[in-house]
Amino acid sequence: MFDLISQFIQRAILQGTPLLFGSTGEIITEKSGNLNLGIPGIMYMGGISGVIGGFFYQQSVRIVNPVLAILIPLVCALAGSLLASLIYCFLTITLKANQNVTGLALTTFGVGFGNFFGGSLIKLVDSDVPSIALTKIAKVYKTTLPFAQWLEDSDSLPLQILEWFCKTFLSYGFMVYLAVVVALIAAVLLKKTRMGLHLRAVGENPATADAAGINVTKYKYFATCIGGMIAGLGGLYYVMDYTNGVWSNNGFGDRGWLAIALVIFATWKPNFAILGSYLFGALYILFNYIEGASMEIIPVLKMLPYLVTILVLIFVSMRKKRENQPPASLGLSYFREER
Amino acid sequence: MNNVAAVELVNVTKTFGSVVANRNVNMDVKKGEILAILGENGSGKTTLMNMLSGIYHPDEGQIFIDGKEAQISSPKDAFAYRIGMIHQHFKLVDIFTAAENIVLGIDDGKFDPKGISKKVEEISAKYGFEIDPSKKIYEMAVSEKQTVEIVKVLYRGADILILDEPTAVLTPQETQKLFAVLRQMRADGKAVIIITHKLHEVLSISDRVAILRKGEHIATVNTAETSETELTELMVGQKVALNIERDAPQGCLDRLTVSHVNCVSREGVKLLDDVSFTAKSGEILGIAGIAGSGQRELLEAIAGLQHLDGGEITYVNPKNGEIVNLRDKNPKQIKELGVRLSFVPEDRLGMGLVGNMDITDNMMLRSYRRGKSMFLDRKRPKNLAEEIIKSLQVVTPGAGTPVRRLSGGNVQKVLVGREIASAPSVLMVAYPVRGLDINSSYTIYNLLNTQKRNGVAVIFVGEDLDVLMELCDRIMVIGSGKITGIVDGRSCTKEEIGYLMTKTEKAEEGENA
Repeated sequence: MFDLISQFIQRAILQGTPLLFGSTGEIITEKSGNLNLGIPGIMYMGGISGVIGGFFYQQSVRIVNPVLAILIPLVCALAGSLLASLIYCFLTITLKANQNVTGLALTTFGVGFGNFFGGSLIKLVDSDVPSIALTKIAKVYKTTLPFAQWLEDSDSLPLQILEWFCKTFLSYGFMVYLAVVVALIAAVLLKKTRMGLHLRAVGENPATADAAGINVTKYKYFATCIGGMIAGLGGLYYVMDYTNGVWSNNGFGDRGWLAIALVIFATWKPNFAILGSYLFGALYILFNYIEGASMEIIPVLKMLPYLVTILVLIFVSMRKKRENQPPASLGLSYFREER
Repeated sequence: MNNVAAVELVNVTKTFGSVVANRNVNMDVKKGEILAILGENGSGKTTLMNMLSGIYHPDEGQIFIDGKEAQISSPKDAFAYRIGMIHQHFKLVDIFTAAENIVLGIDDGKFDPKGISKKVEEISAKYGFEIDPSKKIYEMAVSEKQTVEIVKVLYRGADILILDEPTAVLTPQETQKLFAVLRQMRADGKAVIIITHKLHEVLSISDRVAILRKGEHIATVNTAETSETELTELMVGQKVALNIERDAPQGCLDRLTVSHVNCVSREGVKLLDDVSFTAKSGEILGIAGIAGSGQRELLEAIAGLQHLDGGEITYVNPKNGEIVNLRDKNPKQIKELGVRLSFVPEDRLGMGLVGNMDITDNMMLRSYRRGKSMFLDRKRPKNLAEEIIKSLQVVTPGAGTPVRRLSGGNVQKVLVGREIASAPSVLMVAYPVRGLDINSSYTIYNLLNTQKRNGVAVIFVGEDLDVLMELCDRIMVIGSGKITGIVDGRSCTKEEIGYLMTKTEKAEEGENA
């Protein structure tokens, strides 16, 4: 029983981590008033960019250097998602294109981009299976803290509890913790700093922010790009850690959309998104733990995170608490008044 | 008192396209002085002040701050010169607290909510405000929001304060409080500029009054040495002859009767206060008043777009003399009652026409319900569109051109043409010549006169008193939602109307005192 719970929590956390990256990034973006529906595409591009970087590094050396094995895919993933975010920024902020159309186009583009390069790499290695395995790099990414192993097979109860705790919460690769840290930093930044205040003002009422001397364009660009890069890490985590370095086309699934749903679920608060992401992760894998869940029922169970989001949306709308509403100018381009 | 003017404007000119908003304005404000800027709608008061606050940049002329020439090209520059403007429409973030709004945009390193609150409280105590720094804006009443705006500019260290119609949204008691604060500021050596068109306020608060008319600076007088009559005369100016034709009204019958109509806004402000009048067939009834005095609400109430909190609106059917009540009916129900009502709203592309649709489709907005077929009949609207283009000389590539691509005058012709085409018995027009050149304006006047000759009851909401006095048979003056008088368009004087436009407030204050 202990083991079952431990395993369930572990899997929920593993499943929730890409969502946490995605929704933290999207929250920062949305706080600037940009509704970036390109997040699934950006996460996809982040993932494949990391794979490309990692692939060429792994091909060129016999023994991987742990630092480089982490840094090269990481930098590539950040660069890839930055590029995607810049496309979005240029279109919606500079050219003031419709945000929904741009975002959806970017998602389609991002998935295509990932599958194209994924397919190319698969061809390059002449593999029998339609996937690439970056096992050496994934091993570095999955390196866990040493405690988890030390305590195995203890006799006394306190030690067993400690072991259980370590296994459940401390047995992950560094990116799982990074996701939590990033979300916490984002929460503090948004709530407690002047920069966060200015960013929120831009998303709420850009005309007021502009009149107060805040550079609206700059804030929107930075928030969207940084948000996109954080989301891109979600894609990287998914390949390097969750799937053990195996990239297969379309493997990422609907996690990007779940991340956007999670933003609503967390009512635009990154700290809420931490627990929300693990809850979503748990709901996502719940079908494995329900006895007799047949093939017809599994898709219904997989829908649970979306259902929960709709319920939260209804609840929040009914309560009408202003603080839980989306940023007031979300999805709107800012046109300065005619001069 | 310092003799150097805190602000001096020298020959300032600002044009928007071909429209001159300000021409060669010379004006100054001293430290420890309250200057009132008085003028009708569109006299260029706000534009002038926006040049001080960095929203606009003057085309010609110079601005001196403390005797030194200043270049103000952004709101940030204005802060640097210690100029703070309190706009008519508040610039506040609703879900932030007062304190968060006050410090928005200031970059002075640390972010310390407690320190901010303390400083806000200091400022409040100094000038006698009441403000709770941790209260959210969306929980505040209008007067509290205004207080936040004022504290916001004081927090930034403003020595020159500009208030754009600050009393428009306040009750008389709140106005008195605001004035007490302004007097405190004057005593503190700040230069205060207040834009208003309420004469009694000018007299009670200001040291000097600068009068603007049609963008030009007419005079600056000492408040102590002037009177309401003199100010009215300076504000409205001499009557200008426009030579608009005007026939004697014929066959006047009561057509539309508005009796004791009341309308209260969501904030509890009276938008219409016991309004009663009768519009007669075959005459043009003018409605004059300061912008936002209830003109819009009145027309919308008649058109069935505004909920009434009391009163009746009745219509006499010219065919059979039947009397119908229009209260609490929507536009469709009104139409179904056989009431032939046409409305040319103030907001042409918002309420009148759909900018992205072409002229034909816009014609159909009035006739789409006609016919029984599942498919639309486009032929008749298209003919109508072409007829309007021809008869009103609308400049357009064709009936298939989206309305938003037409110039303001042509948009208005399309709208008025459509409304007249439905052969109304009551025609309401709001500011129909706003933004139109002289020729288009006369086209519109002629159209209205034709309708009048055809026995239509025309209600004309206007802002230019000269036009009202030459076009209308009777002029009803509205002030703060109340009818302050109905005068004869042929015999009244401009001063008379000007006086009525600013009257109510004074009477109210007298009652409160």
